[in-house]
Amino acid sequence: MHNKIKMQAKDVDFFYGKNQALKNVNLDVYANRVTAMIGPSGCGKSTFIRLFNRMNELVPHTALCGKIFLDDLEINNPSVDPVDIRRRVGMVFQKPNPFPKSIFENISYGLKVNGIKDKAFIGQKVEDSLKRAVIWGEVKDRLHDSALKLSGGQQQRLCIARCLAVETEVILFDEPCASLDPISTAKIEELILELKKDYTIIIVTHNMQQAARVSDYTGFFLLGELVEFGKTQDMFTAPRNKKTEDYITGRFG
Amino acid sequence: MRKFKEFLIEKLIFICGLASIFFVILIFLFLTKEGLAVFKYVNPVDFLMGKSWYPISEPAQLGILPLIFGSLIVTLGAAIISIPIGIACAVYIAEVAPSKIKEVLKSGIELLAAIPSVVLGFIGMVTLVPWVKTVFHLPTGLTALSGSIILAFMAMPTIVSIAEDALYSVPKSYKEGAFALGATHWQTIYRVLLPAASSGIVAAVMLGIGRVIGETMAVMMITGNAAVIPQSILVPVRTLTATIAAEMGEAVVGSEHYFALFAIGIVLFIMSFIINVTADLFLHKRH
Ligand SMILES: Nc1ncnc2c1ncn2[C@@H]1O[C@H](COP(=O)(O)OP(=O)(O)O)[C@@H](O)[C@H]1O
Ligand SMILES: [Mg+2]
Repeated sequence: MHNKIKMQAKDVDFFYGKNQALKNVNLDVYANRVTAMIGPSGCGKSTFIRLFNRMNELVPHTALCGKIFLDDLEINNPSVDPVDIRRRVGMVFQKPNPFPKSIFENISYGLKVNGIKDKAFIGQKVEDSLKRAVIWGEVKDRLHDSALKLSGGQQQRLCIARCLAVETEVILFDEPCASLDPISTAKIEELILELKKDYTIIIVTHNMQQAARVSDYTGFFLLGELVEFGKTQDMFTAPRNKKTEDYITGRFG
Repeated sequence: MRKFKEFLIEKLIFICGLASIFFVILIFLFLTKEGLAVFKYVNPVDFLMGKSWYPISEPAQLGILPLIFGSLIVTLGAAIISIPIGIACAVYIAEVAPSKIKEVLKSGIELLAAIPSVVLGFIGMVTLVPWVKTVFHLPTGLTALSGSIILAFMAMPTIVSIAEDALYSVPKSYKEGAFALGATHWQTIYRVLLPAASSGIVAAVMLGIGRVIGETMAVMMITGNAAVIPQSILVPVRTLTATIAAEMGEAVVGSEHYFALFAIGIVLFIMSFIINVTADLFLHKRH
């Protein structure tokens, strides 16, 4: 493991009110690698991944102990503006959530909030992002139609394109294929493998085959604890922990 | 036995529903029958476009243009005041306010909605009217502006609560999506939440304004009741509603004056009907 560490969670505890959702989690995310989080529903995967772009702050009455780093920056420090973090760490959600606007505006929105006004630049960027997310061919003739008319799989790739347009360094995927058909899922997995050249990727999935297919590192969560973390290959062939083995061989979960 | 009970309840509800529709139709028929009779004495164009309202002079002059203008100017003023403040307040409650302040504000708004219009009119008369008089150096504070301000208070609760509702029902995923792209809170509100809630907000505005157009008591007390086409917002005006309320008692049943008041009722009915239907269209667009 001689890769550069891009993001890091150190001694992280997280609470929803009095309910502890994460217990003493330590995890390193390597640059230009895909790191997968697996585990049964409710074990804290979403809660964990949302710490990396400070998204949990939208939920009232939550508390975080411990530190999260992006490069050398301690991002959960109160002096850090979450907006700056989210411009470096993008996110794709479980349910595709395009804005109720046109396909074009869905992409240009992120550029506009980042202060970009140059129309020609925006037009070019929209095209590039859609091409990169492998959806350009399907939408190029109807850029000004509502994004809500697209299929679920197309909407999800549009959401990825939207995220690519703002040129973040890290992309968080929270079960991006949970509501998609197998063909769309395959397209998105392919895309993730392609994107890791330029991005650091963290993906939550409760589909173990998916973790095995796309990720370089895997973390297994159970009841808010990180039970095991390591290279995906090692984890799936020779898990160190009995619980991990039970989970990946399908004995529970 | 249980079946019979169900049957009875079902029929009872059906009859109640039918009765309410029946009464609405009855009122409408009565209004039309009495109102249209005025056109035996004056033609519709002279009625709507006539500039003088002297219903008891000989011969009676039954032009309601000044009254229409009176209603419009008071309503427009109230809209200009209440729409921006109401929407801003809704955004504050839905998005910005901490939960404690939010509760206080929401109860405050409900309280405002519960104040009877005659009380608002009275408060306006003793506080607002003298203030308008001194601030603008007017011979009287009983003006369209005073009416607009008080009516804005009446429209606000409707606008705030329905607009807040509309903002609240915007899917949370839109907000998360915007935040995740690095949008600030204000950028999210302005470019995602408000557009997504726009049809509900338009409906809120329409219903608020609908309430204003039909309002009678408060405007009668503080707008001065001069049936003259207003040249500015700082002069006394008389609205359609105030005219009916003030004159119905003294109009001789079956006289042209009496019929004219009913015809004013039809005009009002059509105005609020249009507004409500528009609001409805926007509300349904949401679903
Ligand atoms: N917004 C929330 N408010 C309160 N509790 C929550 C919230 N979101 C998640 N939780 C709780 O935190 C725990 C972890 O949830 P989550 O991170 O969503 O799990 P996963 O993504 O692995 O299914 C669960 O027990 C869940 O009930
Ligand atoms: Mg989850």
